[in-house]
Amino acid sequence: MSLAEGRVPLAGTASSGDKAAALSGFVRADKSFYWMTRLSALLVLAILGGIIVSLVIGAFPAMKAFGLDFLTTQRWAPQLEPTPVMGALGPIYGTLLTSLIAMLIAVPVGLGIAVFLTEFCPIVLRRPIALAIELLAGVPSIIYGMWGFFVLGPWLAEKFQPFMIATVGSLPILGDFFAGPPSQLSLFNAALVLSIMILPFITAVAKDVFDTVPPVLKEAAYGVGCTTWEVVRNVVIPYTRVGVIGGVMLALGRALGETMAVTFIIGNAFKIQGSIFAPGTTISAAIASEFAESSDLHQSGLILLGLLLFFLTFGVLTAARLMLLQLEKKQGR
Amino acid sequence: MNPIYVRRRRVDTVIRLLCWAAALFGLVWLGMILFSLLWNGLAGLNFSVFTEMTPPPGQTTGGLANAIAGSLIMSFLGIAIGAPLGLMAGTWLAEYGRHDKLATVIRFINDILLSAPSIIIGLFIYGLVVVPMGGFSGFAGALALAVIVIPVVVRTTENMLHLVPNTLREAASALGMPRSFVIRRIAFRAARAGILTGILLATARVAGETAPLLFTSLSNQFWSLDLTNPLANLPVTINNFVQSPYAYWKQLAWTGALLITFAVLSLNIAARLIGGETTRK
Repeated sequence: MSLAEGRVPLAGTASSGDKAAALSGFVRADKSFYWMTRLSALLVLAILGGIIVSLVIGAFPAMKAFGLDFLTTQRWAPQLEPTPVMGALGPIYGTLLTSLIAMLIAVPVGLGIAVFLTEFCPIVLRRPIALAIELLAGVPSIIYGMWGFFVLGPWLAEKFQPFMIATVGSLPILGDFFAGPPSQLSLFNAALVLSIMILPFITAVAKDVFDTVPPVLKEAAYGVGCTTWEVVRNVVIPYTRVGVIGGVMLALGRALGETMAVTFIIGNAFKIQGSIFAPGTTISAAIASEFAESSDLHQSGLILLGLLLFFLTFGVLTAARLMLLQLEKKQGR
Repeated sequence: MNPIYVRRRRVDTVIRLLCWAAALFGLVWLGMILFSLLWNGLAGLNFSVFTEMTPPPGQTTGGLANAIAGSLIMSFLGIAIGAPLGLMAGTWLAEYGRHDKLATVIRFINDILLSAPSIIIGLFIYGLVVVPMGGFSGFAGALALAVIVIPVVVRTTENMLHLVPNTLREAASALGMPRSFVIRRIAFRAARAGILTGILLATARVAGETAPLLFTSLSNQFWSLDLTNPLANLPVTINNFVQSPYAYWKQLAWTGALLITFAVLSLNIAARLIGGETTRK
């Protein structure tokens, strides 16, 4: 473990020369331990810096070739001769849309489950359900992805989508989003798998946050005759609002960057079609499916996509963490 | 009865039903996933999965032995590199940097890294290792996993060291123990179970990571333990097999997925058991 380990002196047994040597050994051990830990801590900063630098270097050729057009071009033709055309509009659209739909489904359901667990659930079921949800939050995302590909996708294409297309799809304006034909590979399918994946995550965070409400506050509200819902709406949610929003943003950050849950099922189409039942792609899916076989400018374009994703998630995660920090401060008071 | 009471009670009932429905909805989906995983995975689970190599296209015998071995090696290496660094960094944050501005910054950045998209980490290691080394390699995969391990271990180590009562440290210091000895002999020992929990959780996290391996380790159809070449691993093998047209490959993908999930869930449960012991003490 250290330099001085073997010679921890016992008082009175060591001569003065030994003592001095032992003491200087301690000082050295202390210093080297301090610097080892400090350098490791600085490594965390170095990793973040390294990520940014390596992405910027890798993306530089693409930035030079496409400039700001990269953000507004929809066409993705990296093999086009003589000059390839690459634009991020399709993946950005897909990333934002799938995350939006996923959040629209997962946030109400996830918060509902959290409220259920903290207020309505019979005590006997509380721990097992909470444990099951926490464990499911740890299941690797590729499992969700392959389940979506083999099980959910076919079911959606055969049953759910034809139904939606026949009913909602015939409405004016709104119908365009649900236009046919049904497909096993679509933005909606990917969004649904994403929502199922982030559901346990939202529930776990929200439950933790709800548990921070001091019981006295809730008991006081029940004492003046509030119903359970009134306690939740007027005491629990106002008290935890910042934390809940932070948790939701954390889930959003996860949804934006998720790769394996969407890659199989999204269809890898860079063209933007109006319908959510049409194939699309996300930034991470595009990188996952093309990167290993890409080279030169194509690869640089994919790294530039990665850089965009990094800034997108970085922004969302920073906001989320700042909110959660605020909650922690409140608790500390 | 007063109509206001009736309305309040009705609203409460509706919300109560909605919450029950949400819980059912969520649990049904998650139950279905586990069910199809068990159903399809168990169908292909037999001894040859652990002894035979991944089959070439079209063949209907074969297993996942090389992928399992590769995954074990890479996860182990990832932990072996990442856990000590994370442990040290967490120690600095908890023991030396408690009131340091720099520690606040590092803590914040660490939290961001904790939830950064793993595919970005793959891109980072690709630029840092794969390009300079001139090819995909198991070593690059292990490094990518180590980068994912570090923030998890930093976080749990710091939290666990914060739980160690200061009186213990003060008592040790009063006996004349140097600072680094106080930390290693007293604080680490008191927080041992919690720190181990963190490392187990980090292992669970990397065991199923796929995205960062897609273009660092790639995969390998053959038995190989050479870290300077592409190394077979379960997640990427599953990724390749899922999208293949061969029924046997798909079957192996399900079986592999079952193995990964089983490993991850056991690690999580083990972590919980160890962690539970500390809180009870």
